[in-house]
Amino acid sequence: MKKLVAACALSLMASVTMAADTIKVGVLHSLSGTMAISETTLKDTVLMMIEDQNAKGGLLGKKLEPVVVDPASNWPLFAEKARELLVKEKVDVIFGAWTSVSRKSVLPVIEELNGLMFYPVQYEGEESSKNIFYTGAAPNQQAIPAVDYLADELEVKRWVLAGTDYVYPRTTNKILEAYLKSKGVASEDIMINYTPFGHSDWQGIVSSIKKFGGAGKKTAVVSTINGDANVPFYKELGNQGVSAEDIPVVAFSVGEEELSGFDTKPLVGHLAAWNYFQSAESDANDEFIEKWKAFIKNDDRVTNDPMEATYIGFKAWTKAVEKAGSTEVDKVRPAMYGIKVPNLTGGVAEVLPNHHFTKPVLIGEIQADGQFEVVSSTEEVAGDAWTDHLTESAKIISDWKDPAVNCGNYNTETKKCSGQNF
Amino acid sequence: MIDVMHQENNKKIISFLLSLFFVFSILFFTSAAQSQQPDDVSFNEVASQLAGAKLKQVAAVVDQLTQFDDEQLLPLLKAMLEGKLYYEKKSKRLVFAEILEDKTINVDGVFDENSIENVKKNTLRKVKTNNRLRSSIRRSVAQITLFSGGIAVRKKAIKSMFDDLSKENVTLLNKLKETEKNKKVINLINTAIAIADLKSSDVSLRVQALKKLEGNLEPVVRNEVTKLLEKDSDGNYKEDALVVSTASKVLQSIEENVKFYGYLETLFFGLSLGSVLLLIAAGLAITFGVMGVINMAHGEMIMLGAYTTYVIQLLLPNNLALSILLAIPAAFIVSASVGILIERGVIQFLKGRPLETLLATFGISLILQQCVRSIFSPLNRQVASPEFMSGALEINPIFSITYNRLYILIFALVVFFLLQLILRKTSLGLNVRAVSQNRDMAKCMGIRTEWVDAMTFGLGSGIAGLAGVALSQITNVGPNLGQAYIIDSFMVVVFGGVGNLWGMLVGGFSLGVLNKFLEPQTGAVLANIIILVGIILFIQKRPRGLFPQKGRAAE
Repeated sequence: MKKLVAACALSLMASVTMAADTIKVGVLHSLSGTMAISETTLKDTVLMMIEDQNAKGGLLGKKLEPVVVDPASNWPLFAEKARELLVKEKVDVIFGAWTSVSRKSVLPVIEELNGLMFYPVQYEGEESSKNIFYTGAAPNQQAIPAVDYLADELEVKRWVLAGTDYVYPRTTNKILEAYLKSKGVASEDIMINYTPFGHSDWQGIVSSIKKFGGAGKKTAVVSTINGDANVPFYKELGNQGVSAEDIPVVAFSVGEEELSGFDTKPLVGHLAAWNYFQSAESDANDEFIEKWKAFIKNDDRVTNDPMEATYIGFKAWTKAVEKAGSTEVDKVRPAMYGIKVPNLTGGVAEVLPNHHFTKPVLIGEIQADGQFEVVSSTEEVAGDAWTDHLTESAKIISDWKDPAVNCGNYNTETKKCSGQNF
Repeated sequence: MIDVMHQENNKKIISFLLSLFFVFSILFFTSAAQSQQPDDVSFNEVASQLAGAKLKQVAAVVDQLTQFDDEQLLPLLKAMLEGKLYYEKKSKRLVFAEILEDKTINVDGVFDENSIENVKKNTLRKVKTNNRLRSSIRRSVAQITLFSGGIAVRKKAIKSMFDDLSKENVTLLNKLKETEKNKKVINLINTAIAIADLKSSDVSLRVQALKKLEGNLEPVVRNEVTKLLEKDSDGNYKEDALVVSTASKVLQSIEENVKFYGYLETLFFGLSLGSVLLLIAAGLAITFGVMGVINMAHGEMIMLGAYTTYVIQLLLPNNLALSILLAIPAAFIVSASVGILIERGVIQFLKGRPLETLLATFGISLILQQCVRSIFSPLNRQVASPEFMSGALEINPIFSITYNRLYILIFALVVFFLLQLILRKTSLGLNVRAVSQNRDMAKCMGIRTEWVDAMTFGLGSGIAGLAGVALSQITNVGPNLGQAYIIDSFMVVVFGGVGNLWGMLVGGFSLGVLNKFLEPQTGAVLANIIILVGIILFIQKRPRGLFPQKGRAAE
């Protein structure tokens, strides 16, 4: 309640202090509820970027002005708040959302009102909206390379796909299963398991993973287990004597921020796949970390992958605005394509016509101090909106630049857009 | 004559010298080939290459290092395993570094005794390792320590050889067997040798080895025996008929054992889940079952217990075992006093109005959650497990019981029987039962019912706090901890029969076991749903649960 009042007051204040020539940046991240742990950090990242940009003199000679709203981890509220930002506050761009379901909730609103949103989290793909840029990883920029690493480097032959029971793990696992089978893995060498959010009794599942891995072939777990269910999962692995050397677990949802709440001892040696780790060695990264710690006034805070995605999205947007000379969505959007911004791992992120970015894929091993040690990194991979490993999506492409296509779901066989809104 | 003899002698000497030279040269070359240890490269020089090496180079260097028989090898490898081997960025000097609790760094040179003071972390770089490298290092360490380590180390070393039963390893094992006294280790060695024999060219030796492996539960045995039963593309067995028939018999015996222990394991998992259910429901059985208060803040009492454990651990960071033991009474006292406060402050004014009680306690639960959020932050807190609660009791290679679950099972039973004892044998228990059966009559008899109510509610809340201590060991300690368990605890109490402690015991364990037997077939999500639907149907048939209270008290 207090927070709600505070949020109301904040937005009220924002509208009072509204000056005629500022560029308004909407921030649509949950500041309360279950997702607050992860999303608050991203709100702070956007605020830091805005402060930084203003210190450099703003954009097009105007100051940037943040408009922060709190959708409170409530998916339908995301749509309402997005409408509020676009209609009432008339923001020029929105940075926001974390879970796929909140993005799906915002999507129709942002398309109806022709807004512009940057979505900073790794997700399951199968979407490309005209009004959203996906700055996180598509499956081919995280899941597939991680599986390749396990298969090539660790010679894994048997696979456990374990996930929390919702849309991201289900879609990712569907893609991975098809990919593994196309690589010649037999279906009896793939085990798929789903658990509810916040699952805490992992005894039976870990024991069956152990049995599955005892069949004489190198086994690995590909984990899309989300949130704090990971703690009891890794703890149970440790207690049942399954070490990272026997059965490594590669996780797609465990980053530095999540690890800061864990006792990392039982996790050491397990893997995670992201496009950025705090331990990445580059000058841009050192500078970013320093700035972040100074901004948040806490030396123990960590940086993570969605923060880097927010950083890249923000930088790309400012460049596009400068190129277009305007903040109008219809001018900024075409200006986005082909824009290159340096990422924090020493490479370059390019904005693609399918609204995804090029990103390097890093595999890291969890260390006792909650950081990751990079054991493998690739060149930049182009994000693919529609995966090539499911027959129904393989023939669909997304291209918002090519006038012959100009949609997010072009069917290369029927030569038509399939008619969906995304 | 003398000359001739002389010549003969000379010849002998020469041929002797020649052969000696030959033997030496062979010895020299083989040893050189084995250790690749040319005079000009020392252990230190090879090891220094670790500084700044890429992962693949590190693997090659480690390979080279293990050829040396140097006393520095073992500490070096061990440091790599533990991630304590660093090098200085500038000088590329290898050092052992350990980051201590207070963030100071303890640095010792690898090749010299000079320890360095005041090192900053960013001047050091870690020598990179990954899973694959670590497991190969671990294997090398196992071979080095095969004769020196304790029983656990030897067992681990032998097990790590299962995948690589080369001739050298088998001779090594045979050598160990001669001096080994521990029976379990000898059994393990025999298993390893038998597995190696499975690949011998002699049929009778293979059959003999198979017979030795009958009923053996090591997963590797099962895999190796299964391999003997492989068929070629025409559908014929690749193996000799005698071997096939023995192998299938052995495999059958193994499978039977595996199945049996599989059931046993599931049963234990079920009991362990049941014990958690029992613990979280025990407090509610008092407040809801005996007093009739629908206490929605019950989950938060559990949460308070868990946070008490966390706080005590903060106060005693160096003595985990003691902190857990101290947390038990502390959590009881904290939750019980909060419970008494709630009873005195709110619930006593809402007697006989269940709907208001429900809403009021729900409100209290939200307040408590927000308090915890404000004090401890919304992030989960970590509660570490003491040494005696981590790891597993290995009964055989496929059946082991994790200690934390075992202790929680025992703890739950102890709490349950103590509760029974309090209710049956103490005057408080007598008063509680009297008040719950007939409040007015009890009042007439001179029992201070208000005091009894407060004490009862305190007892129930305190037991919830105990459940919190147990839960802190198996799940996350966070503001939402209680919410996750409130439904389960009501489920157990209603299923077992309101007001009946034994019903709760049977209810908790049967729900746990049922859940765990369903889980492998249906998955965790569906298993929960099936059980909930099952309970709804059951309550339709028997509204008062498994063991309904009888007599006038039930009215």
